Amino acid sequence: MARMKFLCDADRCIECNACVTACKNEHEVPWGINRRRVVTINDGKPGERSVSMACMHCTDAPCAAVCPTNAFYTTADAVVLHSKDICIGCGYCFYACPFGAPQYPRVGNFGSRGKMDKCTFCAGGPETDNTAAEYDKYGSNRLAEGKLPLCAEMCSTKSLLAGDGDIIAQIYKERVTKRGYGSGAWGWQTAYRETIAS
Amino acid sequence: MTTLFTRIRFAAGALALLFILALVPPGNAQQPTSVNPTASSVKEDQLLREMNRVGGRVSIPDTKSGIIEQPAGRDWRHFHEVTLKWIGVISIVGMFALLVVFYLVRGMVRIEGGRSGRVIVRFNTMERFVHWMTATCFIILAISGLNITFGRQLLLPLMSPETFTAWSQTLKYLHNYVSFPFTIGVVLILLMWVGNNIPNQVDAEWLKRGGGIVGDDHPPAERFNAGQKLIYWIVVIGGGAVAISGYLLMFPFYGTGIAGMQLAQIVHGVVSVLFVAAMLGHIYIGTIGMEGAFEAMGEGTVDVNWARQHHSLWLKEQMAQQQSQPGPKGRPAATPAE
Repeated sequence: MARMKFLCDADRCIECNACVTACKNEHEVPWGINRRRVVTINDGKPGERSVSMACMHCTDAPCAAVCPTNAFYTTADAVVLHSKDICIGCGYCFYACPFGAPQYPRVGNFGSRGKMDKCTFCAGGPETDNTAAEYDKYGSNRLAEGKLPLCAEMCSTKSLLAGDGDIIAQIYKERVTKRGYGSGAWGWQTAYRETIAS
Repeated sequence: MTTLFTRIRFAAGALALLFILALVPPGNAQQPTSVNPTASSVKEDQLLREMNRVGGRVSIPDTKSGIIEQPAGRDWRHFHEVTLKWIGVISIVGMFALLVVFYLVRGMVRIEGGRSGRVIVRFNTMERFVHWMTATCFIILAISGLNITFGRQLLLPLMSPETFTAWSQTLKYLHNYVSFPFTIGVVLILLMWVGNNIPNQVDAEWLKRGGGIVGDDHPPAERFNAGQKLIYWIVVIGGGAVAISGYLLMFPFYGTGIAGMQLAQIVHGVVSVLFVAAMLGHIYIGTIGMEGAFEAMGEGTVDVNWARQHHSLWLKEQMAQQQSQPGPKGRPAATPAE
């Protein structure tokens, strides 16, 4: 089985936000929640870079470790998923997450947290694949259909890569070698405890 | 004259131009052969080394999502999974074990000379209401809080995940809503008893003589002895700390960011488990630890012999007050001015 990862080649990202929009549309993500976002660092200054970031599906995921109800599980593809039937919306995974992935729809007054929502690597949830119940809670399950996450699939500059970690790392390395530079695989050290030599 | 002046000006200008040209480094005169587009680009490891987080601008309305990476979440994870659990186990189980051992050694502290049969009012209805409101809230908050921290290890293996979620979800809402009467209770406790809880010389003497906890001595005490004053300040300061940190967590992003919430959770967790341990001691001495103590908060009255034994100065003061005022001893209350 593959070890699924995301990789954003910041030297290619043009901050078009199409990944953000595609994700929101594909999964009918609840109002006020963006499973993926593009952050521009040093905006307007020399050396500015944009990075598309969502759940990185960490190795030894912190969210899963701190969850009081054990709502998280890791699939055979090493995708970190959670059950909204088990989640109680306590907010702990958000405190622990290095990438700010978990978000909570506001329920009731004072912004109290509902069931957590985050990127599923387009792999749905614990329900039977591609059922209405699964779609309703987690969005579509593209992985079960043999497709990769939509954000990366439709990235206009192929900056965002999603797929088997070894393969996307190889693609990135070849790019760096060919063009002669690369600002590294953002978040990889934090999420997977590894870097891609560039 | 005019031509000479023009010539001098020309010569000066030429010299100045020569001087400027000489200053310009020759390399700049030609175009660079290759551009390094990443020469000034931001580097992840450098940003992380500078402030242990990476943030920027997002174009979606959710500006807080501009924090792209905060590895500090891993430190918080270590606190929550290791540090807090050890502090909790050591303080709560340790306190429980200590109390069991103390009870086996010491047993219940009896009223010397038995009950006199005469009682004196110790806590009025308002005081007892505030105490029991706060106490009830505290027990609910403690159980629901401990469930969040220890439930996964202790309770989840005993039931189905769905049952545990239903239970935890209910407790989460209880924890949130019960916090409001608890906070009101802590504020009322602060206002109601602060006058009786300022440490003074009597407390120093009480502590020096072991407070009746060690040995059979019963040093004089006012309305509250040093031990009770300690409990009072634990409730006021600890309760205040858990309330403030708790509300920061309950209202995410009102006033704090992610780092602030991690810190608030650390304060909330540590203070709460120590608070629970302290309250175990309070519950012990108010129930099985001491004869005649529970009725002070139960019926509101205590036996005079109990009061003489544990709060001699307070009893003396109460007696003096009763004697100076013509109490309602069968006689209709007369106007005190006469």
